[in-house]
Amino acid sequence: MLIKTIFSGFGGQGVLSMGYNLSRAGMLEGKMTTYLPSYGAEVRGGTANCTVAISDEEIASPVASSPEFIIVMNQPSFIRFQNLLQSGGVFLVNSSLVNIETTRGDIEVVEVPATQLAEELGNTKVANMVMLGAFVKKSNLISIKTLIEGIKETLGKTKPALVDINKKALNTGYNLF
Amino acid sequence: MNKYLISGNSVIAEAAIRAGCQCYFGYPITPQNELTEYMALHLSRKEGCTFIQAESEISAINMVYGASIAGARAMTSSSSPGISLKQEGISYLAACELPAVIVNMMRGGPGLGSISASQSDYFQATRGGGHGDYRTIVLSPASGQELADLTQRAFDLADNYRTPVIILGDGMLGQMMEPVEFHKEAPENLSTKSWALKGAKDRPSKIIKTFTSNPNELEEINWRLFRKYRLIEREEVDYETYMVEDAELIVIAYGIAARIAKGAIKKARAHNLKVGMLRPITLWPFPFKKIQEISKRVQYFFVFEMNMGQMIEDVQLALEGNGEISFYGRPGGVIPTPSEVFRILSRQYYQKGLNR
Amino acid sequence: MTIKTVYKRPKLLKERLFHYCPGCGHSVIHKLLCEVIDEMNLKERIVCIPPPGCSVFAYNYLDIDMAESAHGRGAAVATGIKRVSPETIVFTYQGDGDLSAIGTAETIHAANREEKITAIFVNNAVYGMTGGQMAPTTMIGQKTTTSPYGREVNKEGYPLKMSEILSVVEGTVYIERTAVNSPKNIKKTKKAISKAFQVQIDNLGFSMVEILSPCPTNWKMSPIESWHWVDKEMVKEFPLGVIKDRIKVKKC
Ligand SMILES: Cc1ncc(C[n+]2csc(CCOP(=O)(O)OP(=O)(O)O)c2C)c(N)n1
Ligand code: SF4
Repeated sequence: MLIKTIFSGFGGQGVLSMGYNLSRAGMLEGKMTTYLPSYGAEVRGGTANCTVAISDEEIASPVASSPEFIIVMNQPSFIRFQNLLQSGGVFLVNSSLVNIETTRGDIEVVEVPATQLAEELGNTKVANMVMLGAFVKKSNLISIKTLIEGIKETLGKTKPALVDINKKALNTGYNLF
Repeated sequence: MNKYLISGNSVIAEAAIRAGCQCYFGYPITPQNELTEYMALHLSRKEGCTFIQAESEISAINMVYGASIAGARAMTSSSSPGISLKQEGISYLAACELPAVIVNMMRGGPGLGSISASQSDYFQATRGGGHGDYRTIVLSPASGQELADLTQRAFDLADNYRTPVIILGDGMLGQMMEPVEFHKEAPENLSTKSWALKGAKDRPSKIIKTFTSNPNELEEINWRLFRKYRLIEREEVDYETYMVEDAELIVIAYGIAARIAKGAIKKARAHNLKVGMLRPITLWPFPFKKIQEISKRVQYFFVFEMNMGQMIEDVQLALEGNGEISFYGRPGGVIPTPSEVFRILSRQYYQKGLNR
Repeated sequence: MTIKTVYKRPKLLKERLFHYCPGCGHSVIHKLLCEVIDEMNLKERIVCIPPPGCSVFAYNYLDIDMAESAHGRGAAVATGIKRVSPETIVFTYQGDGDLSAIGTAETIHAANREEKITAIFVNNAVYGMTGGQMAPTTMIGQKTTTSPYGREVNKEGYPLKMSEILSVVEGTVYIERTAVNSPKNIKKTKKAISKAFQVQIDNLGFSMVEILSPCPTNWKMSPIESWHWVDKEMVKEFPLGVIKDRIKVKKC
């Protein structure tokens, strides 16, 4: 099994942190994983994306030319990535900020009002974690427990005050369906 | 042992610190900035260690030259355009027989090129790169773990042979993260270097230099270097083989390309195509003998590089006209996919009638 | 009611979206260059040498001849062009990493040879393109990705003042330091650029305009904060104004 996922959105939406935390959770579960952020001039002008691969075997390429999952947090990412998704793939869309419909009939679109749910939790910055929670449920790639444990470890060191709200956000997304 | 999920650039930096690197001199260039930044964060405040962001790559490599003269484990890192500027210094390091580790996270060229991963500096790295008749040891990692392991080895080789060692990575390896373990917790105590200059105390004065007005003397220096290079060629060749035992077609690829090729070979095997791979880990010294040995049984070779064909010349040299070589390359920083390589591979396989 | 045009897109600015971050000084400086070149009627005889740096894509915006140089080598490339074709107005567009770190030697020696070229020197106190590393112009105490503990004098030295350094080089004729963080400063910058070009048109020698330019992204500030920071901090270290003016002397 090799599953590739692309995360994309505005810089500041925590797109890279979604990918990093997913990849790290994969590592904690003993899986093979790669995490590839966009870099350089590509990040000027304010967009960011990253690719995570999780697999039981060695990963040949960290690049995703036709990923199984794509998560878009804003409209430009929706337009840029919708045609990359493989047939039958899952497209998770932040429906609070994206208001267009896909032209593709061969993919599953999952609408997650991530920004709105984060706002209800009291901090729009955790929209990414709401989305990540939803993704974990949909993809069943890793367990939500590992993810939360992992985030406790990394965030606990730098911003312990934020652990709780992130955990809540993950659970909110996870319990959506 | 602890596993870390950090970028390839940071892996090299951390492994270097654990290998006892005391001095790092660098200059910003994408896609290797995380290495310089890691050193700024973790080496700059370490007791007895030095971090300097130089005003240019030329300056950085000459700081390495100075630190090496003083007997320290020193390194610098850059990416293709910056490595071009370092060539003068590398030539002097080789000539003066001074150890140093130089990291090149290759990007697309020529010129300013692109910041995407590429393998276009193979010639430059394996043929010395600067002026004069010399070689540098060239290590080619293909994974995060290998970045850690080969960095340690680079420092050891540099000291053992008193020669500059190049770690030839690429932008992709530098940027991506994958789980890595460091086999060394902390640097051991390194012995003091016999060649270091600190002042002629309790010994006659010493000179580190290359210039001579006597061609015969310079010839002797060159002979000495090449005796050393012959020894390195005998002792230090390293490679990985993958499913070569029953293979009818052998892929030869290194670094990130080898990794992509492995994905292609897995697909080929799933289609019952007998394809294997030889992956040189040392690009210089190159595994000539191993290729010759394989060619006694296998007729067809497939060289895959992210350039327009550079290592293929070494494969041709190894095969001495035996065997048949085909080539697939993508230049300029385009990252091929395993499926794409599989497509080309399988076409070759059928065209040569290997399925029969 | 009559409609009066108070502002329009400069003719030489190509119709494209800037890739620069919101609040970045490069876009303002590009616009000024377009206006000046148009007003001085130079389009048909001007060549720009943009650097590696955030402004590496300047050719996407300025509708004039351009030739990219290697990092820091702008002044040498400009020298080559000018010597072959003295009628051409040649200017380099360089960041502070480009001009005051790797390109120091080329710049000082071109100035010292009294090359009839112009440098537009954009000082944003960091390496923008490569992600916010320390530059020679970084302020003391300023945190960057390669001075994570803040720039320390005893390790990283002092902010390098290229305009002042160049002012003692005999071959320089006109040097002014300006900023693009307020309408007033933007106007002054425009004037300084045309003055510098005029020095070259009159064949007097080397001219340079150093422009203090906000980089909100790497300073980790909002655009507004970054404009204030130029006034509050940068100007202390890099005072604005004419630093050298030998135009009259050269003319007689
Ligand atoms: C020889 C060489 N070394 C390094 C680089 C990488 N590089 C590209 S732009 C740049 C400097 C950017 O800073 P600056 O000149 O201040 O311009 P800014 O991006 O801030 O406008 C560097 C170091 C390069 N292109 N060539
Ligand atoms: S990084 Fe700084 S200099 Fe570069 S475009 Fe953004 S604001 Fe401008």
